[in-house]
Amino acid sequence: MTVTGVAPPAAAPPVPAAVTARVTDRRSARAFVDTHVAPYADAYDRAGRVPEELLRRVAEAGLWAPFLPPEAGGAGMDWVTLGEVHEEVGRGCSSLRSLLTVHTMAAWTVQRWGSPEQRERWAPAFAAGERLGAFCLSEPGAGSDTSGITTTAAESGGGWVLNGVKKWTTGGQRADVFLVFARTAASIGAFLVPRDTPGVQVRPIDDMLGTRASMLAEISFTDVVLDRDALLGPSGFTAGMVLTGTLDLGRYSVAAGSVGIVQACLEASAAYAASREVGGTPLAKLPLIQAKLSDMVTDARAARLLLAEAGRLKDAGEASTIMATWVAKYFASTAAARHASEAVQIHGANGCSTDYPVARYYRDAKVMEIIEGSNEIQRMTIAGQADRERTG
Amino acid sequence: MTDTKSQILGFVRDRYPQAEITESQDIFALGFVNSLFAMELVMFVEKTFGVTIPNEELRIDNFRTANSMSELVSRLLAEPAVA
Ligand SMILES: Cc1cc2nc3c(=O)[nH]c(=O)nc-3n(C[C@H](O)[C@H](O)[C@H](O)COP(=O)(O)OP(=O)(O)OC[C@H]3O[C@@H](n4cnc5c(N)ncnc54)[C@H](O)[C@@H]3O)c2cc1C
Repeated sequence: MTVTGVAPPAAAPPVPAAVTARVTDRRSARAFVDTHVAPYADAYDRAGRVPEELLRRVAEAGLWAPFLPPEAGGAGMDWVTLGEVHEEVGRGCSSLRSLLTVHTMAAWTVQRWGSPEQRERWAPAFAAGERLGAFCLSEPGAGSDTSGITTTAAESGGGWVLNGVKKWTTGGQRADVFLVFARTAASIGAFLVPRDTPGVQVRPIDDMLGTRASMLAEISFTDVVLDRDALLGPSGFTAGMVLTGTLDLGRYSVAAGSVGIVQACLEASAAYAASREVGGTPLAKLPLIQAKLSDMVTDARAARLLLAEAGRLKDAGEASTIMATWVAKYFASTAAARHASEAVQIHGANGCSTDYPVARYYRDAKVMEIIEGSNEIQRMTIAGQADRERTG
Repeated sequence: MTDTKSQILGFVRDRYPQAEITESQDIFALGFVNSLFAMELVMFVEKTFGVTIPNEELRIDNFRTANSMSELVSRLLAEPAVA
């Protein structure tokens, strides 16, 4: 028996071409993603990482933290546009979008809560992508229940000593600085910890179900000595707000990425249904397939509108953006999981193979229902405010 | 009641229609303040009154009652804005 076409072992991921234009809006983001990201995303997924060159291309395109103000090296991009940009990145590659998400969380937290000195030290490096940030909240024993974290930051000698283990840190294998949430005497505080601080250890986590190229890690902190100004924002009761705000942005970005997955499923499925024939009839002419496509079109639009509304409220500084973001993330992530499953269905066996991207969308979409507030936590939070829902 | 106070009370009552809240009542003692509501409250105060609350003013005592929040707003409006 001759065996042909055996899958080669995971190779080094391909290198994207040089960047010629900065990303300023959806259109330029789409062009960037179509040229530099989407064609290689399956290879990144198989390699379990994105190459350094792509991270540089993202920096050249000004994509790492465009929402930072110009004086910090950003472009002052509004949240509605940032949502559109993250949607486009998510359409091409959820792993890269995940890296952007956690970097966004770190960069925003410095901008919103940092002192002028902290902002000066970190914001320009975050904007330029010279320093990549990651977000460390989850632990081996605490995920949804953030109040169960056991990592501690003890005040000592005018600074802090950090001890504990963080798990599932997206980008942890590559990040230069970790935004770590740890228990203080008063509350839960946010600390910026450079990777090269003595006592920090990074252990890669590979072979996840989805977002496989997002370079997850478990990070342990053993007697890590930090300066006083490693703490971002207030201590005391409002320290919890730093986490609330950081998670809100993470959720916004994941909602955007989920819209991108629905859009990617729609584009792949529409193209496949137009060309694949069964019994001489294109799939696209079959009512049961049309029903799936129509629901993808409708949900992509609905999810995009929910995201845009959450972004508009962020731009206006309205408190209701937080709930709007929960709703957008809940709707978009469940829509992504549903439609990625249907996209694989439309592709049949091809959908289960590495010849088409839909299997990747399917695996990535499942992750969206778990991260930044799982489906269950989202439903509980949304239901908890149901009595506020009034019109007029 | 000042306009500031009534706007703050309106926001809290709108969020918790069942609770009966007065301007001097400690909203933390009522037990419904979580970090989501705390964040919304700070955003509401900043947006409605056009102030930025610096980290050192984000103390629980400033947010306990509509009275204390209204005093915080008056204090911030009286100070020259710092970047
Ligand atoms: C690919 C990936 C990347 C990640 N990246 C990061 C990162 O960068 N930084 C970070 O800090 N974390 C990260 N995480 C962790 C993620 O935030 C957690 O997995 C998530 O919060 C859920 O926590 P858990 O896995 O511990 O599940 P658990 O909290 O143990 O929950 C298990 C299940 O029970 C459900 N559940 C929990 N509580 C309730 C309840 N009260 N009622 C009903 N159901 C409930 C949950 O929804 C879930 O379905 C990542 C995870 C993944 C998969």
